[in-house]
Amino acid sequence: MIDLRINKLAVSVEDGTTVAAAILAGGIGHFRSSTIGSPRGPLCGIGVCFECRVTIDGVKLQRSCNVQARDGMEVETDD
Amino acid sequence: MTRVATDILVVGGGAAGLSAALAASARAKVTVVDDNPLLGGQIWRAEMGKFNSPAAKGLVDAVNSGEIRVINNAQVFAAAARNTLLAETAEGRSEIEFEKLIIATGARERFLPFPGWTLPNVFGVGGLQALVKGGVPVAGKRVVVAGTGPLLLAVADYLRSKRASVVAIAEQTSASRLGGFAASLFRSPSKLVQAAALRAGLRGVPYSTDCWVSSAHGEKALEQVELKRKGRTSTIDCDILACGFNLVPNVELAVPLGCEITDGCVVVDKFQKTSIANVFCAGEPTGVAGVDSSLVEGRIAGLAAAGDQDGARSLFAKRDRARRFGEALNRAFALRDELKALADDDTIVCRCEDVAYGRLTEFENFRDAKLQTRCGMGPCQGRICGAATEFLFGWKPGSVRPPIFPVKMENL
Ligand SMILES: Cc1cc2nc3c(=O)[nH]c(=O)nc-3n(C[C@H](O)[C@H](O)[C@H](O)COP(=O)(O)OP(=O)(O)OC[C@H]3O[C@@H](n4cnc5c(N)ncnc54)[C@H](O)[C@@H]3O)c2cc1C
Ligand code: FES
Repeated sequence: MIDLRINKLAVSVEDGTTVAAAILAGGIGHFRSSTIGSPRGPLCGIGVCFECRVTIDGVKLQRSCNVQARDGMEVETDD
Repeated sequence: MTRVATDILVVGGGAAGLSAALAASARAKVTVVDDNPLLGGQIWRAEMGKFNSPAAKGLVDAVNSGEIRVINNAQVFAAAARNTLLAETAEGRSEIEFEKLIIATGARERFLPFPGWTLPNVFGVGGLQALVKGGVPVAGKRVVVAGTGPLLLAVADYLRSKRASVVAIAEQTSASRLGGFAASLFRSPSKLVQAAALRAGLRGVPYSTDCWVSSAHGEKALEQVELKRKGRTSTIDCDILACGFNLVPNVELAVPLGCEITDGCVVVDKFQKTSIANVFCAGEPTGVAGVDSSLVEGRIAGLAAAGDQDGARSLFAKRDRARRFGEALNRAFALRDELKALADDDTIVCRCEDVAYGRLTEFENFRDAKLQTRCGMGPCQGRICGAATEFLFGWKPGSVRPPIFPVKMENL
């Protein structure tokens, strides 16, 4: 299992889980807010739409569908 | 920064790229670059790090175990010179010098705007499958699968195997077109068997042709969708909508290299060579035609790039058959005009910049709309809204300029 934190909450997921999946599994669908403040979450699942952007380990605007969860990761949604 | 030099560089580690790499590796030094953590591309995307299809595992293992250099998690974003591409990896910028290049960058789904399509839990069809393969739990969730193409059935079947409750499959094409396509499958028995297996797996799921999503509703996330069929509207409660309207070739790398493009596809000759002398292209960028076509085009490109013209020639007939299947597929699932009328004036079309449908109707072409509204200027660079406005308004999508993906300043 992999232990990471999403919005400061501890989460455990299986090896091979993407960050997007870890967030959705935690019941969060609102990954980012659009320019007019509408809630958005993943659409394409393959790294082209950029709707799944979150902050990972302090680095903003990471496509969470393309990144595998790792131990100790700090993920922030809607940042 | 790292520097790599190779005889043949393959961009894309899906069916086409893998078979190209393997075919070329008998005669040349080959490097494969792909932006995912593991090889496999779309159809063979690993599930929680594992390959379930024996065909996928065989090819991925062969590529990983040979002399081929594999660079994962690397996104090609620009060309530095005629024979050098630039990729961004977690370690920084990588310069890859090649003698010959094989572009095998695949395709993405086409999404069409309708009221509510930006709500969380509205995903692509292949998009949802990719997310579930990455660990999204769907057991017990009510899913509506909508849009068009064989992908709807494949994904519905996959979701059921993950214990999702698929409550409806809405296929926009007509029963008569679909019937014609099913009849054409008799000419390729293996596909007929696949189709029959899918139908068996989906027994009990309502499957409607001539049916499409007209809107999605929910407070903070999806709660309901409206389906339209033959002038009647029905409402279905659901947790997830998976919705996609065919595929769009990824030509964003081929364009700045100067490769000739026609109707959104890279133009190639019989040897899969593009209009640029040392650049080949295989798989979906040359036109969407299914995995068999990607595999055989990849082999031809690999053999031809490595100088085995006779080997390549022996596969022409097989490739032409696979492409004909693709053409039949595209005719059977062509999008109906009613889908152009789903968006309201305030439905968002460009999701990156929040540009609504009504605003876009003021313009004649993508370029003007882009200059005046920022449509297509966000991080996806028009990959989503460009494919939508192409269908909605007949606009030629604006060209993506390098860097073809956003990169960190220090890697530019
Ligand atoms: C989301 C999705 C799901 C699909 N699922 C199925 C399915 O279940 N069954 C089915 O029959 N068909 C499916 N398809 C259709 C499928 O694309 C083909 O059957 C098959 O995968 C095509 O193989 P390919 O090698 O041509 O392209 P792909 O498999 O798409 O391979 C292209 C690879 O290139 C990579 N790439 C692209 N640009 C770059 C770049 N600039 N830098 C680095 N790497 C790059 C991509 O990430 C990808 O890994 C799906 C398509 C999509 C979009
Ligand atoms: S869901 Fe589209 S980029 Fe991640």
